[in-house]
Amino acid sequence: MSASYWLFFIFAGLAVLGAFNLIWQRHPIHSALSLILVMGSLAVLYLLLGAEFIAAVQVIVYAGAIMVLFVFVIMLLNVGEEERTQWSRVATYLGLPVAVLLVVQTGYLLYRAVPMAIRVDPNRFVGTTRRVGELLFTDFLLPFEVTSILILVALMGAIVLAKREP
Amino acid sequence: MVPISYYLVLSGVLFGLGVVGFLLRRSIITIFMSIELMLNAVNLAFVAFSYLHEKLSGQIFVFFVIVVAAAEAAVGLAIIILVFRNRASLNIERINLMKL
Amino acid sequence: MNTWLEANAALVLALIKVLVLVLILLTGIAYLVWFERKVVAHIQTRWGPYRVGPHGLLQPLADGLKFLFKEDVSQPNVTSPFVYVLAPFLSLTLAMLAIAVIPFGPDVELWGVTIRPQIADLNIGLLFILAVTSLGVYGIALAGWASNSKYPLLGSLRSSAQMVSYELALTFSVVGVLLHAGTLSLREIVDAQGAAWSLPRWFVFPQIIGFICFFLSAIAESNRLPFDLPEAESELVAGYHTEYSSFKFAMFFLAEYAHMITASCLLTILYFGGWHSPFPATAEFAFTEYFPVLLLGALTLLCLLEVFRLSRGLHRFLMLVLGVGLAALAWLVAQPPLLAAIQGLFWFLVKVGTFLFIYVWVRGTLPRFRYDQLMAFGWKFLVPLAVANVIVTSFFLAAGLD
Repeated sequence: MSASYWLFFIFAGLAVLGAFNLIWQRHPIHSALSLILVMGSLAVLYLLLGAEFIAAVQVIVYAGAIMVLFVFVIMLLNVGEEERTQWSRVATYLGLPVAVLLVVQTGYLLYRAVPMAIRVDPNRFVGTTRRVGELLFTDFLLPFEVTSILILVALMGAIVLAKREP
Repeated sequence: MVPISYYLVLSGVLFGLGVVGFLLRRSIITIFMSIELMLNAVNLAFVAFSYLHEKLSGQIFVFFVIVVAAAEAAVGLAIIILVFRNRASLNIERINLMKL
Repeated sequence: MNTWLEANAALVLALIKVLVLVLILLTGIAYLVWFERKVVAHIQTRWGPYRVGPHGLLQPLADGLKFLFKEDVSQPNVTSPFVYVLAPFLSLTLAMLAIAVIPFGPDVELWGVTIRPQIADLNIGLLFILAVTSLGVYGIALAGWASNSKYPLLGSLRSSAQMVSYELALTFSVVGVLLHAGTLSLREIVDAQGAAWSLPRWFVFPQIIGFICFFLSAIAESNRLPFDLPEAESELVAGYHTEYSSFKFAMFFLAEYAHMITASCLLTILYFGGWHSPFPATAEFAFTEYFPVLLLGALTLLCLLEVFRLSRGLHRFLMLVLGVGLAALAWLVAQPPLLAAIQGLFWFLVKVGTFLFIYVWVRGTLPRFRYDQLMAFGWKFLVPLAVANVIVTSFFLAAGLD
């Protein structure tokens, strides 16, 4: 049992635990911290799949910038814990089995989508920065430029929306 | 060495948990975080398939998904701040009327 | 047991390196605190720690004991006890994680075993350090919020905003080095600056603007003077670590100094040739190989002189022990196999030490920035300068000049 075997199970377990905790916790800050844990574990899983540049981008951009935004908003809006409300009995007895069924079914369908025999070797297909950069600036140049305009628009939109009227 | 289908099962499970969180929770911020969880699950599926077919376009698409999620998070959080300023609560059951 | 060891030799070696590095790092941070207090004191024409050991050399030990045994005055109504305890741990863990990819020297051959003085040589080493730096914002943001008090909240907000802004300038100033080296792996960046005489190939010469941007951003990233408004003692009480005491405060403290060490190591690797000697490797300069012995010998003489000058018996004894130890080390290093192996490490440590001294010098000399001046400096000066550096560098490299 090589290292990548154990690493997959450890970080997949952490990811699922984090996702559960996100749903279970009442205070948004704990949910945000669990989401950061999920993103970190996913970054390790990307490394196990050989996608080293994407793993770094995930941590720097997603976990290091977007989630910081979330944490700031939660901190500054000072939202407390969610209130406990009455769960309707129908929702519990009908909803929870359906939710479990949804999760299990999605998993099963994806499980049958690919042949079992193919195993993941981190060194087989490495998405090096050089290759990703080459593709981004040749084949995918147009989407790249469009996303930069998208970020500019989002930046302006966020400033205009959240500005206080003087 | 783990079979590739395990990665896809994990992606499916995370996506399902994101949907469940989206439907169950009442605070807008937590709903938004469940959306981000769903996006992450989809990213994992993309990278797994990119490995399977040995094409790099899967990883490039993940890059774009992350960038779009960043833009969406910025604008979405600005909207959440505005909602909080106007209604003083982030509970979706309190802000389901167009009238203040 | 023996075959298991052989099969997992790489893993065991990595674990040993981790252990050694953590011990050396913690001791290094403790003595960096002593070094800073002495240097700042001498800049201010006073003596600094002098009484605890000979020349205050046992002061870090005393401080460590104090932090361990001091009463922990934790607030009972923090916003979330989990987050309150998590924040300093997160800060310290991330600060020490960044050292994992730093190469301290070339591969050394000792008694038939090749040792690579680096825990993990990632293909994306530089991106790893940037990732760890961007996660470092959490420690501070969460600490301020969890303290449930005005001053820490304001301090942590200012500090996080400062760190996020200067992260941008940091990343852009590093792109210039990347364009020259063509790789993100730290070991290969150092190799790209290597030659028979490596000094002209150091990246600081074509990238002088990038070096200045990186240096200033690194000071801002570790919240040091002149950028330490968020944690200054006369401003916001003590900023984000007001409500922390004893061990948790010590963790923040250690994290800040670990950041400083990481930044100095990065400066030498990216701009000053890493472990390469500044002297040419020709026959006339072969005497430079003895510089480590020379340095250790000079320190030995200093210690032995102090034995006669100091007054307290215990201090004399300790200085004598130190002097004898250094002499033994000097003799050991002068032996041929060890002398060749220690060259890379010696030059790396000399350069890192120089940068640490410059950091402390800047801290002792310059006044503090005001917060709006700080943010204006980061956004309106450093980021455009770093972007201009990238543009000019890529223009020159594309035109074939170097």
